Amino acid sequence: MTASVAVGARARDVVGTSPARPDGIAKVQGTFQFSSDLGGDGVLWGMTLRSPHPHARIVSIDVGPAWRIDGVAAVLTADDVPGSPTYGLISHDQPVFARDVVRYVGEPIAVVAADHPETCRRALAAIHVEYEVLDPLLDPEAAIAGTHPPIHPDGNVIRHQRILCGDPDVTGEVVVEGTYELGMQDQAFLGLEAALAIPDPGGRGVELHIATQWLHEDRAQLAACLDLPVEAVRLVLGGVGGAFGAREDISLQVHCCLLALRLGRPVRMAYSRRESFLGHVHRHPARIWMRHHATADGEIVKIEARFVLDGGAYASTSSAVLLNAITHTQGPYRCPNAVVDGWAVRTNHLPCGAMRGFGVVQACFAHESQMDRLAEACDLDPVEIRLRNAMRTGDVLITGQPMESVAPVERCIRETAALPLPDEPIGGHDHDPMRLPGGAGRTADEAHVVRGIGWGVAMKNLMYSEGFDDYSTARCRLADGQATLKFATAEVGQGFVTIAAQIARTVLGVDEVELDRIDTQIGSAGSTSASRQTWMSGGAVDAACRQVRERLFELVGAAHGIDPLRLAIDGTDVVDTAGELRVPVAEATAGVVIDETVEYHHRPTEELDELGQGRCHTAFAFVAHRAVVDVDPELGLVKVVQVATAQDVGRALNPLSVVGQIEGGIAQGLGLAVMEEIVQTDGVIRNASFTDYLLPTFLDMPPVVASLVEEPDPQAPLGAKGVGEPPCISSTPAIVAAIRDALRQVDGVGRRLDRVPVRPSDIALERQ
Amino acid sequence: MPVLTPVSLDDAVRLLDAHPGALVLAGGTDLMVEINEGHRPIGSGGDPTVVVAVDRIAELRTWTVDRGADTVTIGAGVTYRELLDEPLASLLPALAEASRTVGSPQIRNAGTLGGNLGTCSPAGDGLPVLSALDAVVHLVSAAGRRDVDVHDLMVGVKRTSLAPGELIESITVPLLDGWQGYSKVGVRNAMVIATASACLVTDRSSRTVRIALGSVAPTVVRCPDAEAFAAGVVDHDARTVPDDAVARFGELVAATSRPIDDHRSTAAYRRHAVEVMARRLLRRAFPGRPA
Ligand SMILES: Cc1cc2nc3c(=O)[nH]c(=O)nc-3n(C[C@H](O)[C@H](O)[C@H](O)COP(=O)(O)OP(=O)(O)OC[C@H]3O[C@@H](n4cnc5c(N)ncnc54)[C@H](O)[C@@H]3O)c2cc1C
Repeated sequence: MTASVAVGARARDVVGTSPARPDGIAKVQGTFQFSSDLGGDGVLWGMTLRSPHPHARIVSIDVGPAWRIDGVAAVLTADDVPGSPTYGLISHDQPVFARDVVRYVGEPIAVVAADHPETCRRALAAIHVEYEVLDPLLDPEAAIAGTHPPIHPDGNVIRHQRILCGDPDVTGEVVVEGTYELGMQDQAFLGLEAALAIPDPGGRGVELHIATQWLHEDRAQLAACLDLPVEAVRLVLGGVGGAFGAREDISLQVHCCLLALRLGRPVRMAYSRRESFLGHVHRHPARIWMRHHATADGEIVKIEARFVLDGGAYASTSSAVLLNAITHTQGPYRCPNAVVDGWAVRTNHLPCGAMRGFGVVQACFAHESQMDRLAEACDLDPVEIRLRNAMRTGDVLITGQPMESVAPVERCIRETAALPLPDEPIGGHDHDPMRLPGGAGRTADEAHVVRGIGWGVAMKNLMYSEGFDDYSTARCRLADGQATLKFATAEVGQGFVTIAAQIARTVLGVDEVELDRIDTQIGSAGSTSASRQTWMSGGAVDAACRQVRERLFELVGAAHGIDPLRLAIDGTDVVDTAGELRVPVAEATAGVVIDETVEYHHRPTEELDELGQGRCHTAFAFVAHRAVVDVDPELGLVKVVQVATAQDVGRALNPLSVVGQIEGGIAQGLGLAVMEEIVQTDGVIRNASFTDYLLPTFLDMPPVVASLVEEPDPQAPLGAKGVGEPPCISSTPAIVAAIRDALRQVDGVGRRLDRVPVRPSDIALERQ
Repeated sequence: MPVLTPVSLDDAVRLLDAHPGALVLAGGTDLMVEINEGHRPIGSGGDPTVVVAVDRIAELRTWTVDRGADTVTIGAGVTYRELLDEPLASLLPALAEASRTVGSPQIRNAGTLGGNLGTCSPAGDGLPVLSALDAVVHLVSAAGRRDVDVHDLMVGVKRTSLAPGELIESITVPLLDGWQGYSKVGVRNAMVIATASACLVTDRSSRTVRIALGSVAPTVVRCPDAEAFAAGVVDHDARTVPDDAVARFGELVAATSRPIDDHRSTAAYRRHAVEVMARRLLRRAFPGRPA
């Protein structure tokens, strides 16, 4: 073997392998700098005064007493916002500070800056706000019916959209219907909101270090509120500890910059857990009615549905979440006829917006519960009913959009079904009481427990929809055998920093890849959401690297008198595919600088028309989940024993990262299934802490067996589909179906369990 | 906020006497949460609240067995982690089971039984065990020592009868001859505040069955009717009880509970949960059915 082959054969961290994250060790050892660690000498603290009422008129605000406290440097209210008084991702309906009226518990009214957080707390306590409490709008149906006066100048309906497909009057031999509800889930990232704003001299601009999902969108909204030119607002990504949609809306960004600009001094803000619950948007609570018509053989004939999403006080992305929800009514199944009515409304609850799954979580819980009912009505197995209706590439969706993505629904279901069931009996081979439902609480003995199996299958759109051009920009610079990548792609933990380097190594044949700082000194990368960054920013990095490679081939071709089209990268060498030439990339790039910047755009989409028709989505991914759950029916306690899944990933660029997304997403889906819910009573949040907002622990999270279905999608630049959202979508209905299955075994009665999270009392006390 | 760190009980008592209103800090797993949440005013300006940390006091961190009296005396500063270690775990199995349900390993390493009593939450996991065992709590202050029945210490939701400047020194519980156990319902499988809990202890020599409930009343409660009923239907030697008696026992326990609806659960479910736990605990204690 020649030396060059040996080098080529060395394990390289290219696409398809699973190199370690560049920030992994620092995160595990605790040295990684999250945004909440930002600071420095002379940095002031900022803190927010928030409304205690869901709906009230502000009669007066007296900030005088706060000013009199030693150490207070600034107190700002709505009067101090120089630019746009409102902001928002789709419509600018949310005030930077409430002026005349507050619309939810937690709405910002003022901010203070001081030398110490304790001083800030005292200053906030000293501000006197007089309220005239108003009747809150808490029932979404009242918003739809128009029986409550508008709580916002934009009205109480954020969006109403219908879908009419095929023949609305056909009926099926078999009809099943149900009404499903989902509670409000929190993204519950561990790294709380935090930012550091550093003003330019003279207040001409500001640099904001911030944990966010989309630097450029933040910048545009910020510049408008601060009344600064966009270029004067520079954002740098601070260390992000999770996002899941909660960092799409700007929260403390404007407040922090306003304080820094006013004072000419750096200011930091950092939310507490309680404040975080108030300070970001949540998953929309939903009430969904669905009626499925099918043939006696279980083939879907028509679906009727009505969606009501509670958007809370401000619009955020509600209109897009609603679009996603209603356009996923059918799930991953063929459906020739549909009548769907969707509402996203405004109430005086906490504002809702983006969260992993983005409307599809809601639709999926309903359609998968319906599929199980249909199976029962047709006397079919849950797997069989799904296989009979499984969507294929080329099918036409209820929006009239043809399914052009690779659609391996049947394969996802079959591969999931082929994964081994847990070999452990109830309680495990070692009869450990901790493994029974109730866990450490030792509530059950083995004889009290029944095991059930349930299914969930999902379709999820990828990238933004309805005409939105969410492009991504990347720059690649190759010099002396080293590549440097620059992009504004928010790394929120998903691992783009790992695969970006893998892509560069693969395309360019280099091992050294440097990542430049993630900031706004380059074009937008779009949001780290909608399962889009591997496709979009991965596509941009790939394209930039390819352009650099073309230039490299031109150089090498010219130097050796070879047509550049004959050149290729083999390992870390440039080789002549039709000759003998083999030059290491490091050698070929000695003393050379090649620098290319590329924008990657996905294909255009269109808005839905009045009847809900239009090619509104960019692409789709699919997934199947099978959950095995042990249930203590009498106490209503649950222990998820295993989740098996086969996910349509296109191509696994980094299999370990994919599995990480799958496991994490399933944990979030499990949380929604059995414990995670923000509880509001009369518009007041009751559980704004991790004491009472429960997330799954290690003892709640089961082993996951995953199969990656790799059918590269020709539309995807690297063949790879987004993998972030699907895991949390159908895992929830699969777990609930498994609970229903277990209960049916006890007494033969089919429980509806049509609300998530399923509470112990729903299982133990519900009699139907 | 000055933090004083006495290393002897005498010093601690003196310091508490010298600084009225001082906060006692043991593991801090309750107190620090309250301070961080702003539920405990910590003074301001010229009169900062003094904190007396008791975790360095050796006397509070030990436990002793009195074989003559058949009792165990546990220092207030003994942690859940230590209650899970042998031989304590075998001597007081219900306390070990309750300790295992507390929080996470970090919390069990820091949190103390004395702190559980000091907080006196109806959901405190150590408390139903101390109640079922009729624990005696030893208090000490500059005014001297006094012993109180644990039920007299717990007077309301997060309210004790501790006098200002008074410290919990230790807790004495009997070594019983019989099965004992603890059960706790929460909405997840670990690290969760009890939605409802129950501790059942049995004693062959006194022929008693005792049961105490957590999270279903302002303080931990005992169930005298159910206990009296159980005494008449169980066979301590054969370890048997009839099925219908188990059912009746559950009903009597449920009838004693006075639960409320809150954001964690409903009263109806809590009442149901203590009934089910009571039945199951009694069955664990008396696995056989009389012939
Ligand atoms: C994440 C988390 C999970 C938890 N999970 C549980 C759980 O599952 N079950 C449960 O029961 N509790 C739980 N707790 C609460 C807490 O851990 C327990 O109540 C613990 O026993 C408190 O003990 P400590 O030593 O930390 O008390 P501290 O917080 O130090 O003190 C608590 C109170 O007791 C007083 N005090 C402490 N020692 C003495 C003394 N010797 N004399 C007089 N007064 C004293 C203090 O002044 C204070 O008022 C949890 C807490 C956290 C933060």
